[in-house]
Amino acid sequence: MRPESVRADTLLSVRGAALSFGPIAALRAVDADLWPGEVLAIVGESGSGKTTLLNVLSGRLRPDTGVIWYRDKDGTLIDVHTMAAPALRALHRSEWGFIHQDPRQNLRMGVSAGGNVGERLMAQGARNYADIRTQAASWLELVEIDPSRIDDLPRTFSGGMLQRLQIARTLVTHPSLVFMDEPTGGLDVSVQAKLLDLIRTLVSRLRIAVVLVTHDIAVARLLALRIIVMQGGRVVESGLTDQVLDDPQHPYTQLLVSSVLQA
Amino acid sequence: MLQVDALAKSFTLHLRGGLRIPVLSDVGINVRAGECVALSGPSGAGKSTLMRSLYGNYRADAGRILVRHRGAMVDLAAAEPRLLIEIRRETLGYVSQFLRVVPRVAARDVVAEVLIGCGVSETQARERAKDLLLRLNIQPRLHSLPPATFSGGEQQRVNLARGFIGGHPILLLDEPTASLDAANAAIVAAMIAETKAAGTAIIGIFHDTDIRDAVADRLFSIAPMQDAA
Repeated sequence: MRPESVRADTLLSVRGAALSFGPIAALRAVDADLWPGEVLAIVGESGSGKTTLLNVLSGRLRPDTGVIWYRDKDGTLIDVHTMAAPALRALHRSEWGFIHQDPRQNLRMGVSAGGNVGERLMAQGARNYADIRTQAASWLELVEIDPSRIDDLPRTFSGGMLQRLQIARTLVTHPSLVFMDEPTGGLDVSVQAKLLDLIRTLVSRLRIAVVLVTHDIAVARLLALRIIVMQGGRVVESGLTDQVLDDPQHPYTQLLVSSVLQA
Repeated sequence: MLQVDALAKSFTLHLRGGLRIPVLSDVGINVRAGECVALSGPSGAGKSTLMRSLYGNYRADAGRILVRHRGAMVDLAAAEPRLLIEIRRETLGYVSQFLRVVPRVAARDVVAEVLIGCGVSETQARERAKDLLLRLNIQPRLHSLPPATFSGGEQQRVNLARGFIGGHPILLLDEPTASLDAANAAIVAAMIAETKAAGTAIIGIFHDTDIRDAVADRLFSIAPMQDAA
């Protein structure tokens, strides 16, 4: 795909992404677009290729074929996989964010909660210590962590608190695009509800675009306007979330929707 | 405002060996501004399916669903997701039979977020939401609570407030008074009448024939189709 063929208003576009791990095709000819401020969910069972797609989109994993274009804050189109490594790292620290299922992958466990949040601000050039601390404290409050815990180490936090701290650390710099990999996986249902509500509110208030990987279609319905269903490395169905979940066309989507337990 | 031509909808159940269930075929309706059309027909005839197809929640197999959006007739059945989102935000409102509750979100915010999504300030949107909830007899002490614990009738009234607050020029109402008592149903009927008078085109399913006769200008009947061959 040449840059001229990217639609003028997309934030992220992928065309023809394919990737094999040895004999296993993890991604086959995947096309997708993401617009600014939009939440796109990628659903499918484990092994369907959704996390692989997320890693390919975010430049963490190079596809065998295919192109990923990202439009940066200046409006310049960037081919994510031809960027030099330092430039990609800089993008991950500034305009992008990544929220992992396990917050320990992102947080620095030996640094205080406030330090974890402030670090990303400092990476963007903030130098005034008092300002950074004030911002960190207000972000802890936004994600419902008592600001008096600002000097505590993350290892004293519960799983749900760690996940909220990761969200504060990621969103403090107002990224335009955040990748989320099962952000509520492995948490208690009550903790999940709080986290989903926080993500929903913050993402819409800050107009952040999100690519969200989840196996939980209720999470997709709550957070995402559009959805992509993957099976065996392919996109088998895509569209508006309510359309795809209420009127699924593909046999696999029908199976996915009918397999959900009613609480 | 809304013109439906030769709409067809069937469901294919892949988990049941590809069983195909036709529900709608060759449906045509025309609704003008300020007009209210009530869908009639026995249970299972496809009234809700038609309603959901008109909202783009179900995907039509054939036919066109033209809505007047930003001054031009747009085919919603062929619209790509982003256009459909825009049509729903600005032009086409829908009140479903049941409120889909989101944990932890207060009733007032459930209603206000529709306006906030259209660019209205949070303060103004909350003020409008409060007024509508009060009009629908939702007591002030409930406004800050999430509707998950509300009664069926209260949830439905929150849902109605959410549907009416946007002031969409086309409104789809699926059993808007189903779980309401007579007094609240009368309030809803009055709101429908006002909305109509303001020029909104309405399509509704009304189980309650008194309400239906009070608000509808004409009936559109849907006959059940034969079972799949």
